[in-house]
Amino acid sequence: MTGPGRAPTLSAMNRLLRCALLAAAALLALPAAASADSLEAYNNGVLPDSVAINSLWVIVAGCLVMFMQAGFAFLEIGFSRGKNVGTIVAKILVNFSIAAIMYWAIGFAFAFGPGDLIGDTGFFLRDFGDPQETFAVMGLSNATIESKWFFQFVFCAVSLAIVWGTTLERIKFGVYVIYAVVFAGFIYPIASHWVFGGGWLQANVGMQDFAGSTAVHLIGATGGLAVLLLLGARRGKYGPDGKPRAIPGHSMPLFGLGILILWLGWYGFNAGSTLNAQDGRFPEILLVTQLAASAGVIAAIATAYWKTKAIDIGMAGNGAIGALVAITAPSGYVELWTAPIIGGVAGVIVPLAIYAIDKRLDDPVGALSAHGIAGVWGTLSCGLFTSPRLAQYNGFGDPDGGLIYSGSFAQLGYQALGIVVVFSFVFALSFATFYAIKKTYGLRVTAEEEEAGLDISEHGMYGYPEQFIPAPELIGFAEGPRGSRERQQPALTPKEATS
Amino acid sequence: MKKVEAFIRHEAFEPIRMELLSLGFPSLSIMEVKGSGRQKGITERYRGAELTNYLRPKVKIECVVASADVQTIIDTILKHARTGSIGDGKVFVLPVEEAYRIRTGESGEETLQAHPGAASEAERVA
Repeated sequence: MTGPGRAPTLSAMNRLLRCALLAAAALLALPAAASADSLEAYNNGVLPDSVAINSLWVIVAGCLVMFMQAGFAFLEIGFSRGKNVGTIVAKILVNFSIAAIMYWAIGFAFAFGPGDLIGDTGFFLRDFGDPQETFAVMGLSNATIESKWFFQFVFCAVSLAIVWGTTLERIKFGVYVIYAVVFAGFIYPIASHWVFGGGWLQANVGMQDFAGSTAVHLIGATGGLAVLLLLGARRGKYGPDGKPRAIPGHSMPLFGLGILILWLGWYGFNAGSTLNAQDGRFPEILLVTQLAASAGVIAAIATAYWKTKAIDIGMAGNGAIGALVAITAPSGYVELWTAPIIGGVAGVIVPLAIYAIDKRLDDPVGALSAHGIAGVWGTLSCGLFTSPRLAQYNGFGDPDGGLIYSGSFAQLGYQALGIVVVFSFVFALSFATFYAIKKTYGLRVTAEEEEAGLDISEHGMYGYPEQFIPAPELIGFAEGPRGSRERQQPALTPKEATS
Repeated sequence: MKKVEAFIRHEAFEPIRMELLSLGFPSLSIMEVKGSGRQKGITERYRGAELTNYLRPKVKIECVVASADVQTIIDTILKHARTGSIGDGKVFVLPVEEAYRIRTGESGEETLQAHPGAASEAERVA
């Protein structure tokens, strides 16, 4: 009904909305309150050398971590069938972008603003006063706040990318979009605030997580578990007798490329978490990372060979990732000699966990094992191996170090508490979010769409067209059928044709 | 001797295969084929332009059996391949003149499947 009174009301509302949007835009357009470290830059046009050097390292490391998006993309593409590869490209691009906007708007403030339970300063990266005081947990470094923001944002994006490893080949695209908003705006910022943003687990409990075995990898894997429980297995993964079947991915070379890109990105992930080049810690952390990953590959190949009598390419990669995840928390807290132990143990745990999980849960890339189980192990390993000098240097946890130095289970207890708290929080929020999505929008494509592949059914285009469209049609000379008893109806959209 | 050629949906293959195995018909070949019938095409949209794909993927089963067994094979295929929608496929039956087992040089109907009379035997057991 369009009464005469209705139009003015609508336009008035429109005007009001437009004013509000303009006001919001104007507010954001004003320069943010000048920060202490950038004040000099604004005034003199030069940054102090130490600020410039540290900022440069943080940005370089952040770019390495950003490149891990390519790693996740190729890892997932390699482990998917050829009909479900293009969708991963779209997902990575969209999720990475949503994460940036959400983390800028609210995520960073929740994660790194002051506060025990949740940060409250730095929305839209403005009005935060002196960043060295406001974001005191990153105060060890004098890098500019913009470089620190970028570094923390790419971490958030990595954590989000981890979630989807369990969901390949059957999830609706819109689920990525909805959960990305919730995850990058609330779930990840709040949980990571507790662990490495100066929140209660770090400041009051004394949990140690240098670069995020728990805060990035376990959070991501926990989200992945929540969605997997609601989503269910791919069609054909479990036979009528309930036994798991292999659904081989279409390209081990692309998988390998993904692994190597992730490995490269991890140098930024761990060594960059110093946020600081001048304290000289970063080369040592990079070395710790390298030794752990190497031990992980060797241990995983040995374990897979022991269990299956095959030199399993996928397990070699999963072992590398598992070891890198495990060394992430302790990388800034342990001495070199412990790194191969931490990585090697992860390399044994990950294949065994993949074999065990695969019996019940369809996790196509092994994210639950490589990021979840290995993340738990890595976080706990701080409780064993943290050296007193580094605990004191970082200023978190038991200053006497882990079990082997202090003989005390205190640090191990802090770590375990942190894991339980983060897992419960993230699982509860994620499960609620995915449950709501399932009940309204739906999580899964239809059986026919799954059979046809997500590329054609969700995106209307194949990742590898030559594999699915016969050559005569691909070059466009093939006509549709004519002269049959019923004239062929117009072709369907992919959505119609596959449902 | 007859050859049964069936064009079916991919998802129908597994139940047909399982039942044929249990009935004593392990010998068959399949091909992944593309063809068109009454089923509609799929339109691929690529950067704003369209490409309609009328040749849709099917699985073709080829199975040579003794004349007495033809109906068993056809019944199995019809039972599992029918969804009732356009695109379920077709079955053809062709005469076959002779069959040889390469390993031994034997010929005749007994070279075709597990062993002669497997179908009726399986029915007796069931």
